[in-house]
Amino acid sequence: MDTLLSLLHGFGVAFEPSKLLFCLIGVFLGTAVGVLPGIGPALTVALLLPVTFKLDPAGSLIMFAGIYYGGMYGGSTTAILLNAPGESASLATALEGSKMAKAGRGGPALATSAIGSFVAGLIATIGLAFLAPLLVELAVKFGPWDYFALMIVAFVTVSATFGDSPLRGLTSLFVGITLGLIGIDKLTGQARLTFGVPELLNGVEVTTLAVGLFAVGEAFYVASKRAHDPDEIIPIKGSLWMTKQDWKRSWAPWLRGTAFGFPIGALPAGGAEVPTFLSYSTERKLCKYPEEFGKGAIEGVAGPEAANNASAAGTLVPLLTLGLPTSATAAIMLAGFQQYGLNPGPLLFAEKPDLVWGLIASLFIANVMLVILNLPLIGLWVRLLAIPQPWLYAGILVFATMGTLAVNGSPAELAMLFAFGFLGYLMRRYDYPVAPMVVGLILGPMAEQQLRRALQISLGDPMILLENPISATLLGIAFIALVAPFVMKGLNKFKASED
Amino acid sequence: MTNDTRTQGANKPALLVGVLLLIVATLVGYDASQQSITSTYGVGPTAMPYVVAAGLVILGLSHFVVAFREGLPQPEKADSKALLWIAGGLVFLIACIGLGGGFILAITVVFACTARGMGRQALLVDAAIGFVLGLVIFLVFAKVLTLILPSGPLERLFL
Repeated sequence: MDTLLSLLHGFGVAFEPSKLLFCLIGVFLGTAVGVLPGIGPALTVALLLPVTFKLDPAGSLIMFAGIYYGGMYGGSTTAILLNAPGESASLATALEGSKMAKAGRGGPALATSAIGSFVAGLIATIGLAFLAPLLVELAVKFGPWDYFALMIVAFVTVSATFGDSPLRGLTSLFVGITLGLIGIDKLTGQARLTFGVPELLNGVEVTTLAVGLFAVGEAFYVASKRAHDPDEIIPIKGSLWMTKQDWKRSWAPWLRGTAFGFPIGALPAGGAEVPTFLSYSTERKLCKYPEEFGKGAIEGVAGPEAANNASAAGTLVPLLTLGLPTSATAAIMLAGFQQYGLNPGPLLFAEKPDLVWGLIASLFIANVMLVILNLPLIGLWVRLLAIPQPWLYAGILVFATMGTLAVNGSPAELAMLFAFGFLGYLMRRYDYPVAPMVVGLILGPMAEQQLRRALQISLGDPMILLENPISATLLGIAFIALVAPFVMKGLNKFKASED
Repeated sequence: MTNDTRTQGANKPALLVGVLLLIVATLVGYDASQQSITSTYGVGPTAMPYVVAAGLVILGLSHFVVAFREGLPQPEKADSKALLWIAGGLVFLIACIGLGGGFILAITVVFACTARGMGRQALLVDAAIGFVLGLVIFLVFAKVLTLILPSGPLERLFL
């Protein structure tokens, strides 16, 4: 009952005109960047951080969440009409979606993904509202050792378990953690890795790293392989509306997709790719028309799209209750909280219930806005895809520059942006994931702080990490998650040599 | 699968990454060894750097192993001219802000150079678009957000 009361109170906050406006701006921007190839919600929030610095915290955070949700909706449009998924989370949608569009069923594909996203977003947000208070109660009992162990789990799963190559993922993570060491140590005032350069004393800005890796790196990468044939927009033919048959075939995949997306998103396991692909393969197995898979089966769009949106809501559970980001966008949103001096976690629920519950309530509103924005206005979003690529990327770099200059107008900061951009390019070129680096930069210092706090309490005895049941279990999970991909790879090799 | 890198013995990019990781590890370790402030109880500010350095060493050595096995994924051929245009624009940006040339001029060049790098052949038109974009952003920041972006002679005309 408490939850319902808090949520009702949250709606009171979220329905204030200014909050509604922030929410609308958020979902609008989110859809736009989701549609545009090359920019995603993580980059958009990173670019907006400096701009929103002076605005109302609750409003800005509502806007960020709107961008996150909107990006998930918009990504499907690109995936279906261009066969060029804007985010890895839309990869599964592109498989069947683009086939449907080619077969002249682009309208129903877009409709099932928008309505599926709405259904999934709604259910998952209800899940968030009811799960969050329970987790908060649990989190209150967490000691620094538990938080440290939790962060180790996040480190491992984000970088090693679900990537193509655990080695490359971990390398990206460790470089991120190293960057996080730069600057003045918060507990003692010791300057670390600054080599006498005063600009480095404040550490590496999250915005600079994220914008460099995502925006500048992506621009370099796309330019370097421009020779390949340009993307072609598949025009939407026929009716936008789903037939009775389409509805019949969509509703169950929506629900199953939600069931995959929300829990996996909520676990500190990170990423929307896993649930989308799980949902895709499940639908493929359960589908009554398996022969249609690969030629444009509506189930293959409905399921993954629902999973994708549900996992976005799921990611907010550890972010809000534990302050633990498990995706790049969540990591940047955490930086957004921090710029207002807010620390997500159990304390935030107690100290700023207006803000937290207003944010959760606004997610419901964002969902409604998004389905309205996406169905009738789909023509507008499709037109966005007609922007010439050179202008698009030139514009992205202009906004990247603007964002960096607004935080800190020094040439040193710009040089860092450029360096991170080139690093991002090389990482894309050799298939190193960039998200673990951002997570490492943000979570690294937090993990260090928790570890040192834990060791202060135990007077330097590291066994405290293993003596507490929760932290011991979590570290065990982290260990298994770290070793599993290597062992499985070894098993595969063994099998291959046997054949 | 292309095997040409493997025939030469080791995958060069992987070796290079391994060496770079070891260099970073050395820097982190050296920096930690030079620190003077210690914590009275618990662990001090040097513990984490040493752990990170150790991790980097392991990752660096693993890259050596990978270099002699499968190597890093073979990238597609890169269009270096395109890269140079964009990099050139960004270098100008840094110089322009550093020397007080102002935000609008910097943005004009960044926009034009990036568009050129991405394959457009209308440098002057793009420069004009960049100029307008820079001007609008500067004015919005200055008037609406009360945030003054780096200013040069041009920007001071509007303040």
